[in-house]
Amino acid sequence: MNWTRRHLLGLYDLSAEEINTILDTAASFKEVSTRSIKKVPPLRGRVVANLFFEPSTRTRISFELAASRLSADVVNFEKVTSSAVKGETLKDTARNIERMGVDIVVVRHSAPGAPHRLAEVLDASVINAGDGPHEHPTQALLDIFTMREHKDRLEGLTVAIVGDIAHSRVARSNIWGLQKLGAKVILVGPSTLVPGGFRELGVEVTHSLDEVIERCDVINMLRIQLERQEGGLFPSLREYSRMFGLNRERVSKAKEDVLIMHPGPMNRGVEITPQVADGPHSVILEQVENGLAVRMAAMYLVTRGR
Amino acid sequence: MKKRVILEASEVARLVEKLAADTAGDGKNLEGLAVVGVHNRGVPLAKRLVAAISKRWNVEPELGSLDITLYRDDLSDVASQPQVRGTEINFDISGKRVVLVDDVLYTGRTARAAISELIDFGRPGRIELAVLVDRGHHELPIAADYVAKKIETTPSQMVEVHLKEVDGRDEVLLIGDN
Repeated sequence: MNWTRRHLLGLYDLSAEEINTILDTAASFKEVSTRSIKKVPPLRGRVVANLFFEPSTRTRISFELAASRLSADVVNFEKVTSSAVKGETLKDTARNIERMGVDIVVVRHSAPGAPHRLAEVLDASVINAGDGPHEHPTQALLDIFTMREHKDRLEGLTVAIVGDIAHSRVARSNIWGLQKLGAKVILVGPSTLVPGGFRELGVEVTHSLDEVIERCDVINMLRIQLERQEGGLFPSLREYSRMFGLNRERVSKAKEDVLIMHPGPMNRGVEITPQVADGPHSVILEQVENGLAVRMAAMYLVTRGR
Repeated sequence: MKKRVILEASEVARLVEKLAADTAGDGKNLEGLAVVGVHNRGVPLAKRLVAAISKRWNVEPELGSLDITLYRDDLSDVASQPQVRGTEINFDISGKRVVLVDDVLYTGRTARAAISELIDFGRPGRIELAVLVDRGHHELPIAADYVAKKIETTPSQMVEVHLKEVDGRDEVLLIGDN
């Protein structure tokens, strides 16, 4: 297909065909990481700026490495060392950085829609690396890529997303992407973190993991934010873990070929036990590896979009 | 635009046999041979060469494919929006005699890109180039080691190689005036 997008802002706007194009391109880029020289030249002479207004070491490193493997130069801009603390607006910051000759801006921001606003004012391509609880498209794409590698197709798969759905950009992007490719999504968690209103998106909502676990082809465990407990959204970590944590006993009730995923960083012993995280169903480290390929594909495609 | 068939299926088959024999040095140059097709039509062509060589001399050369999309020198052109199709080199090329295979040698830019990509996989002992058709008008100091057929063309003409695996039939067309 003809790729026309200059930005990757979320999966909500993408068609199934566009998502598949990114996944197919990522499959080709995955091979690059197996070469003796793990680098290809298509972004030679281009500059990628990582603008992270929220801390995230691993996503930033993944984007940085993906850019290097495409031969781009990378500049990192983090909130702590920036003018943002001096009161400069997001738009001014981005415009200043763009003037240094930046071609792609990778942005993470706590405000939903921040990347979309930047895309309106910049000539550079914008890739959303997480905007508040709104979207995190490359994470969802790498999740879906990993599912596709193991299950061949998304159509007809049943995927459970477990945890703090209400505050999760990973969940939202996964919901859009999975539904477009024909997978069935089940959201699992306490009612305070998985409000029934999500049903309007056409997904199944349940407050009991045990009730649905036998039907799942994939279980994607989200990180439980410890600070949510202080907000009173669930009674205790032990209680959460008992109801929604993945342990060996629970996994034994699932399908024999169930895939267990986690976007990281994990709270071992809370949402997932070490035995499950390191067990035979876990593809958590493959997700990290696939993230590199997906981000290479995203950066390559947005520079080709016209 | 005028299209003319200049080589029929039977001639294409004969040329592929000839190219296989040249690539194999008539059976005397098979040590460490690897045959790598360049997308698109170099890939089925490379497969045919390997099949012909293994049938005739009972050795199976390594087979690979290269997609040079990421190494093109015209990637920034407005018109180009090439799909990345993936490269498969599932063997160690170090020290090997790697024969790159393409259907047509024209400007030489594809061959240049293929060489650049190949050496990112290791250090072959030799890199050679085998083409079905050399139509001239090279723009780089690149020549093929094995040419099945030289065709005189003008710069405005086009040479199209059709192969069964991709196009449903074997033939070579000359497109354009003269």
